[in-house]
Amino acid sequence: MADTPRIDIEHVAKLARLALTPEEKAVFGSQLAGILQRVEALGRVDVNGVEPSAHAAAVNNVWREDAARAGLPVADALRNAPAQRDHMVVVPKVVE
Amino acid sequence: MAVPLHFQSLAELAECLAKREISSVELTRAVIARTEAVEPSVRAFNSRDAADALAQAEASDARRASGQSRGPLEGIPIGLKDVIAVKDQPLTASSRMLADFISPYDGTVTTRLRGAGAVLWGRLNCDEFAMGSSTENSAFHPTSNPWDLTRVPGGSSGGSSAALAAGEAIATLGSDTGGSIRQPAALCGVVGLKPTYGLVSRFGLVAYASSLDQIGPMTRTVEDAAILLGAIAGHDERDSTSLRTEIPDYRAELAGRRGPWRIGIPREYFGAGLDPEVAAAVERAVEHYRGLGCEVRPVSLPHTEHCLDTYYIIATAEASSNLARYDGIRYGHRSTKAKDIVDLYFQSRAEGFGAEVKRRIILGTYVLSSGYYDAFYLRAQKVRTLIRRDFLNAFRDVDVLLTPTSPIPAFKLGEKSDPLAMYLCDIYTIGVNLAGLPAISVPCGFTGAGLPVGFQLIGRPLAEADLLSAANAYDQVHAWGRKTPRL
Repeated sequence: MADTPRIDIEHVAKLARLALTPEEKAVFGSQLAGILQRVEALGRVDVNGVEPSAHAAAVNNVWREDAARAGLPVADALRNAPAQRDHMVVVPKVVE
Repeated sequence: MAVPLHFQSLAELAECLAKREISSVELTRAVIARTEAVEPSVRAFNSRDAADALAQAEASDARRASGQSRGPLEGIPIGLKDVIAVKDQPLTASSRMLADFISPYDGTVTTRLRGAGAVLWGRLNCDEFAMGSSTENSAFHPTSNPWDLTRVPGGSSGGSSAALAAGEAIATLGSDTGGSIRQPAALCGVVGLKPTYGLVSRFGLVAYASSLDQIGPMTRTVEDAAILLGAIAGHDERDSTSLRTEIPDYRAELAGRRGPWRIGIPREYFGAGLDPEVAAAVERAVEHYRGLGCEVRPVSLPHTEHCLDTYYIIATAEASSNLARYDGIRYGHRSTKAKDIVDLYFQSRAEGFGAEVKRRIILGTYVLSSGYYDAFYLRAQKVRTLIRRDFLNAFRDVDVLLTPTSPIPAFKLGEKSDPLAMYLCDIYTIGVNLAGLPAISVPCGFTGAGLPVGFQLIGRPLAEADLLSAANAYDQVHAWGRKTPRL
């Protein structure tokens, strides 16, 4: 396991694209340190030769017929867009 | 005095409807009236549309009048947790992020309920994005336990359990990622079933942790759970984890499969932290099975102590990935304060998510991040293998496992402010999700203070018929879920 269960909260919040207030950083930082200290116990489990499970019972290579079918109508797909124009989602300028 | 319509079982009401003793409109009106009367104190709903429900009920009565009844759910008002898509209705996941979201399509369980003739009634409160054990993480309002309004209904499907216990629906659907159907069912004195992973389609379910999430029924009786499961189970090509398996007539199988079952008691589920009154009620349930001639024997699930840690790594990792979609661009909350497009992501997510969701996103991002992936996430996936192996080993010697559902009865609103203390509420339910097994919480009495207690039966993968039958062997005698709170 990692030596010190400390979260670099600023770095992780940046990875998660989440703006945190100074109070949130302080509270989450200490709460998550407590949780990490707890989950460190997993380091004691002997997992030599054990395969990881991504699912309880994996279902692999699921295929369906490659048949054309109707998708969601544009109006329905855009129904919840915060801003839209001419059947497109409006976003802030990306390139100056 | 006769039981009022809103407190009758689904099976009883289906019979009354079939005999034309009542109409779906009458029943739906009764449920709406009851909801209007008690909802100010229970607050189980995020939204409801009485006109829409009555229109569905009229359509149901018309079908029945023309001989087109679609079966036992025809005309029955069923409430859905607000994480399941219902076309043209709100879908909020009890989050500010989706406060204004209107679902553009039906989830598969919704389609199947419509196909079975059910009246879809209301959007039920829950912890935000189904993350929590008390429904206090809802961005909108907490829900009260109908048995004691100062206490939580459990969570995350607390609106589903409270509405049912309060007579505001005849049955409800919840979703269960670490106990979110079973724990609130236990705390509100109703039945809650988490199906085998892959038995019920997740298409149209707001994703929390995709390898653990399952939708399932919450009902007053085990028989009702069998009826409702039969309607929603089965393969769906729109969910690639959906299993191709025959769906038996679960209700018919209740009578067909009689025990005695070999019942395993996992010793790790009866240790420190278990409330003595809960332990006593569960022990009385064990006695009932002994009285039926069942062999009861101790078993061991040696990796139980690691379930909680494994869960909080895997579930938060999956959540951090799933919730990356909420970026304020195509749908959901968009901040008006952002400086540029990247800042739009940061600000929209900061404003849209509540504290518990942020905490889990941070933890999940951390355990997946470079340098920590192997130590946390990969290791947790390996321990998950060992946890599933424990259960499958136990099932060599026994047919079902019997445990408490929750270590404690309903606690006070606001009582648990420490996240770790809240996580411990799920200590007996989490292993089942990691192993992908079916499990049911059955009400088994009350504490001295009048709070409901439930026990949990855990079955082999896809052994729902056996599990329901074993649960029914207790429930048809004791029927604690038929008790009604004074509101």
